[in-house]
Amino acid sequence: MQIAVKAVGHELGGVLTSSTPPAVSSGRASKASRWNVGDMVFKNLTLLFALIVFSLVFLMGYEMYKGSELSIQKFGLSFLTGTTWDPVRDEYGALPFVFGTIVSSMLALIVAVPLSVGVAVFLSELAPGWVERPLSYLVELLAAIPSIVYGLWGVFVLVPWIRTTVEPFLSKSAGFLPIFKGAPYGFGMLAAGLILAIMILPIITSISRDVLKAIPNLQREAALALGATTWEKTKVVLASARSGILGATLLGLGRAVGETMAVTMVIGNRPEISFSVFDPGHSMASVIANEFTEATSDMYVSALIEIALVLFVVTIILNALARLVVWSVTRTYKAG
Amino acid sequence: MATTFSLVCVLLAVAPLFLIFFYTLFQGISAINLDFFLQMPKPVGETGGGMANALAGTGILIGLGALFGLPIGIMSGIYLAEYGNNPFASTVRFLSDVLSGVPSIVVGVVAYIIVVLPMKHFSALAGGVALGILMIPTVTRTTEEMIRLVPHYYREAGLALGIPQWKTTLRIILPTALKGITTGILLALARAAGETAPLLFTALGNRFWSTSIGQPIASLTVFIFDYAKAPFEDWNRQAWAAALVLIALIFLLNLIFRVVTRGRYTER
Repeated sequence: MQIAVKAVGHELGGVLTSSTPPAVSSGRASKASRWNVGDMVFKNLTLLFALIVFSLVFLMGYEMYKGSELSIQKFGLSFLTGTTWDPVRDEYGALPFVFGTIVSSMLALIVAVPLSVGVAVFLSELAPGWVERPLSYLVELLAAIPSIVYGLWGVFVLVPWIRTTVEPFLSKSAGFLPIFKGAPYGFGMLAAGLILAIMILPIITSISRDVLKAIPNLQREAALALGATTWEKTKVVLASARSGILGATLLGLGRAVGETMAVTMVIGNRPEISFSVFDPGHSMASVIANEFTEATSDMYVSALIEIALVLFVVTIILNALARLVVWSVTRTYKAG
Repeated sequence: MATTFSLVCVLLAVAPLFLIFFYTLFQGISAINLDFFLQMPKPVGETGGGMANALAGTGILIGLGALFGLPIGIMSGIYLAEYGNNPFASTVRFLSDVLSGVPSIVVGVVAYIIVVLPMKHFSALAGGVALGILMIPTVTRTTEEMIRLVPHYYREAGLALGIPQWKTTLRIILPTALKGITTGILLALARAAGETAPLLFTALGNRFWSTSIGQPIASLTVFIFDYAKAPFEDWNRQAWAAALVLIALIFLLNLIFRVVTRGRYTER
C-alpha cells in the first residue's frame, strides 16, 4: 500500500509538472470549465469509436445484403433448398454446402461436447490448483493454434490415419450402418468433423469450466452432507450447470459452422449430399474460400456473398443466444 | 468413476495439442533454414528458396490491420471502462463479443465488397482492412479489462488532486495499464498473423516481392495453404517451416501475455 501510494505520487508529480503552466496559473473558474470541456471532448471522442464498433455489425450485414441482392432476387428461398451448383449455367443452389456444414458441425459436437464437459468437470471439481492452472493454459493454447496449422496437420497426419485405421475399422465393425458405407478416402466428412472437434474443444471446455465454477459451493456441500459420492455430487453440479453448458455448446457450434481453412483442407470439396461420413463433402465456408477468386460472373459472386450472409446471420444468432444463456446463468449464481 | 472418466477426457483433449505441436516442431525444424527467411520463392519444380516476401507481406498486412483496428479497439475499450455503466455500453460490449464470433471468412467477404470491388483489384489494403476488423473485438475487450484492473485508488488519488478525469485516464490510468494492454494487443496481432481465410480474396497472395499496399501481397498463411495442396515435397516441407514460425510466434506472445497479466492480478 505504502509503495503504491508512493508510485501514484511519483506519477502525479510527472503529470503536474508536464501540464502547461498557463493552465495552472489561470483563474479557478476558467480552469474548471476548461477541464469540463476536456472531459466532454475526451468522452465524446471515445464514444465515437464505440459507435464505430456498434455500427460495424450492422454495416457488415448491410453490405453483404446489398452484395447478394442479385442472387436473392433470382433464387429467393430456393437458394437454400436447391441442389444444383452450376457456375456454367449460372444456377446456384446451396443445399449441398448447408448440408455439409450441418453434418460436419454435428459430428464435431458429438465428439467434442462429452470430452469438453469431462475436462471441465476435472478442472473445476477434481483437480488441485497446481494441476488446474497449467492444464487450463494448455487447453487455451489449443485455441491459439491457427486454423491453417490444424489444416496442415489434418492433411498430413489426421487424414492418412483416418484412411488407414479409423475408416477400415468402422466399416468392419459397423459397416452395416449407412453412415459408415463406402470406400475409405480419408478426405471427407469424418475428417472435417474430427478436426472441428479438436478446434472447438477449448472454447466449450473453458466456458463450461467457468459455469461450473460459478455454481455455489453450498450445492456441493449439501450433496456431500447427504452422503453423496463424488460421482453423485458431480451429477448434482452438472444438473445445475445444464443451461450454461448448453450455452457453451452453442458457442462451439458457432465456431464450427464458420470454421474455414482446416475444413476446406480435409473435407474433400465435392458438392454432393451423401449420408456416409466417409464421403467427401463441402461446407458453406469452404465453398467461399475455394471459389471466390474464380467467380467470374456477377451472379456467381452474388451467390457466394449470399452464402457468406447466411453464415453471418447464423453465427450471430448462435453467438447472441449463447452469450445470453451463459450470462444469465453466471449472473443468477453470482447474485444468489 | 467420475474421476476416471474425466481423466480419460483430459488425456484425449490434451493429446491433439501435443501431437500437433510436436509434429509441427519436428517437421518444421528439419525444414527451416536461413534460406527460408532470406530467399524468394523458387519457380515450380525447383527446390530450395524461401518465403522472404511472405514474411514481409505478413508484416505489412498486420501493420495495416493495426492501423485500422487498434485506434478503434483501444478507444472503445477506454470508453467501456471509463464511461461504460449504461445500456449503450452494454450493447457495444455485447456486439463486440458477437463480432468476435463472426467467421473470419465472412469478414474477408466484407473487405472484398468494401475495398476490392471499388478498387477493381486485389490489394494488401483490403487484407489489412479485414485483419483490422478481426482485431477490434480482442483489442476492445483487453483494453477494457486491463483498465479495470488498475486499482481504484489510483483514480481517486488523481481526482482528489483536482486533475480532470480525462487527464487522469490518459496520464495515470493508461500508463499503469499499458503493459497489459500492449501484450494484449501483441496477442491480437499474433492471432491476425495466423488468419488465412480473410486474405484469400483480399490480399490474394503474390510469388514476387511487393510492398505496395495497392497490389496483391504474399502472406505466410496463404503460402501454407498453397504449399500444403501442392504435390511437391519441397513445397510441403516449406509449409511446415512456415507453420512452425507462426506457432512459435503465437505461443511466445501467449506466454508473455500470461506472465504479464499474472503480475497484474497479484498486484491487486
